[in-house]
Amino acid sequence: MLQVISLLVENKPGALMRITGVLSARGYNIESLTVARTLDPTLSRMTIVVDVDPALRRQVIKQMNRLINVLQASDLTEERAVAREMVLLRVRAPLESRTAILKEAEIFSARVVDSSVEGFVLEASGDPEKLDEFIDVMRAYGEIEVTRSGIVAVSLESRRLRLSPPVPTRAGSEPADSRLLDVPSS
Amino acid sequence: MPNLMSGARMLVECLVREGVECIFGYPGGVTLPVYDVFYDHPIRHVLVRHEENAAFAASGYARATGRVGVCCATSGPGSTNLVTGLVDALMDSVPIVALTGQVSTKAIGSDAFQEADTFGITRSCTKHNYLVKNVKDLPAIVHEAFYIASTGRPGPVLIDLPKDVLQAQGHYSPVSSIHLPGYKVVTEGHTGQIRRAAQMIWDSERPLVYAGGGIVSSGAHEELRELVELVDAPAVLTLMGLGSLPADHPNFISMPGMHGSYAANMSMTHADLLIALGVRFDDRVTGRLSAFAPHAKVIHVDIDPVEIGKNRAADLPIVGDAKRVLRKLLKMLHETVSERERKAAARQAWWRQIRAWQQEHPLVPAFSDREIKPQHLMVEIDRLTKGEAIITADVGQHQMWAAQFIRFRRPRHWLCSGGLGAMGFGIPAAIGAQFACPDKLVVAIVGDGGFQMSIPELATIASNRLPIKIVICNNGYLGMVRQWQELFYNNRLCAVAMEGFPNVEKLGAAYGIPARIVERPDQLTGALETALAEPGPYLLDVRVSPEENVYPMVPAGAALNEMVLGPPQPVSVPK
Repeated sequence: MLQVISLLVENKPGALMRITGVLSARGYNIESLTVARTLDPTLSRMTIVVDVDPALRRQVIKQMNRLINVLQASDLTEERAVAREMVLLRVRAPLESRTAILKEAEIFSARVVDSSVEGFVLEASGDPEKLDEFIDVMRAYGEIEVTRSGIVAVSLESRRLRLSPPVPTRAGSEPADSRLLDVPSS
Repeated sequence: MPNLMSGARMLVECLVREGVECIFGYPGGVTLPVYDVFYDHPIRHVLVRHEENAAFAASGYARATGRVGVCCATSGPGSTNLVTGLVDALMDSVPIVALTGQVSTKAIGSDAFQEADTFGITRSCTKHNYLVKNVKDLPAIVHEAFYIASTGRPGPVLIDLPKDVLQAQGHYSPVSSIHLPGYKVVTEGHTGQIRRAAQMIWDSERPLVYAGGGIVSSGAHEELRELVELVDAPAVLTLMGLGSLPADHPNFISMPGMHGSYAANMSMTHADLLIALGVRFDDRVTGRLSAFAPHAKVIHVDIDPVEIGKNRAADLPIVGDAKRVLRKLLKMLHETVSERERKAAARQAWWRQIRAWQQEHPLVPAFSDREIKPQHLMVEIDRLTKGEAIITADVGQHQMWAAQFIRFRRPRHWLCSGGLGAMGFGIPAAIGAQFACPDKLVVAIVGDGGFQMSIPELATIASNRLPIKIVICNNGYLGMVRQWQELFYNNRLCAVAMEGFPNVEKLGAAYGIPARIVERPDQLTGALETALAEPGPYLLDVRVSPEENVYPMVPAGAALNEMVLGPPQPVSVPK
């Protein structure tokens, strides 16, 4: 069953590797993954869609929350959430089908982002299933090329972000053996 | 007043401020700047003979004390050699900080000499890891590493240090605080949950405390003892928890699991409440999970929320530090202690049942007057060390016999590679433990297989005059593998005979370590006494019966109550 995971992550090297590592360690295949900075440029928001054994969904979320670079991991699979995706689609459009293609695009609220003698590049966004239909329809017009963004999702319920406060280090405290401190550099 | 200094010097400043006195390591090209600081710095560097053993020694140091152990290796092969020790520390929740050299930042990714992607390789081997790209980040990273390693569920943290970062000059001033907003550690258990736990305990008729390494990590052994006494509950301790309740405590049953006692495993199977404290329901403890403790409700206390519900669903989960949770629980149990009598009759029946199981099939050591039985060896070590020694073990049959027959009386006196089961652990761990506790008697019990993985470290022992007593439980086989081949592969023994074992007396002489081979049971006590009385190191090669097997045994995939109690008996035909 597909699980939609939303993560708020410190934008640090290796953070993505740690997160995907939780999934790859169990041999799960990632269906889609999106990452982008948040308003706070030190943080990233990720949405991952992954095929997870339903019994292990909670476990996966807990393992992600255990990662030090992860500020919050939540399971949007059964929550009230909105999921959206974007597709860029190139379709060959000979003269006789151009009008029909544009009509279909309009039905799906797709925009033309490039038009040439060979055809169009269309941009559509929305519900992932709706995009599946859009792609199916366009396939009827001949050869197409598709790039999907992967799902981005947001929960409809606001959830409190619990962050750990700074902690003092032992740098100020006396070490067990004070002879080890303030040794002159050679 | 900020001081201008090199990254290497900053590293050592931070280590000292973290209370590090001793580092186990092996130098190399890119860690030269660090070793140049060590040259005239009083911090102690112990030169091991293989990086894997640096990690194991750091682990032994940490396991014996609870303090963070530190190891250090160079880039490439140095860091890849650490990997086994890191995974071992991860599996057994041991706080270590590993420092690795790395090629200069500009050369990273260019397949430079002795370059390996240590940061990538060790991602899954550590609790957290760092690659330091800029010297100004170094001090905070070192303090973060120690904080992460030692708090929450302890574990290994690695810091990869490129050579140019170690050489770069920077202004150092002590870092007074660190901020890890995503590092969530819940130590205080939920009060409502703990209150419910107290109620479940009073409501139960057949409670069983199932405690493990988490008790040792959090130092909750006193609280554990108070709990079992207040509730008068029987207790089993996992391999990692041995010693957290004295073995002679009347409520202690023994170790459960694959080589646990009959009474411990039957108690697990028949309990109506498991009070699981700092344990992870490991497959070696539970046997076939679907048949594990089928009648029990589970209270599961663990500091790591991932453990709760991972293998066995908890009826009452409590996330928190075992010591703090137990303190709260004890307070609530004391307040409601009048409830204790409610189930008194059922509890007495439960105890009678457990005592009957203990009498029915006690853990009895094998003795022989013709050959030294390995169990006999463990009993003698136990008798002569009186629970005062730190015992380390390797992995295999001898480890199980030691766990069965050595009566550990306090925590941090039994150090072995539990989760990973890494052979070659015993001797380097003993080195770490001996540096941590110079006045303690440290005995490394190893098999003849594991011993041969650690022979190079005899040089470390000899050169540091470490008074470690190495006892080789030598059966000439990779015994546990042989046991499985015998029992489950029609005795088709393959690649388990350890032919070519060195003459230990000559080997010891080569290192300047007194050594002796013992073959007869009547020599054993005297030889052990000589070894233990030796002021320096000692190497004792004990030739034990080659084909002894560890029993009881729960075959892989069987339920705990389907254990095999002993070797098949020959059928006697009446005349």
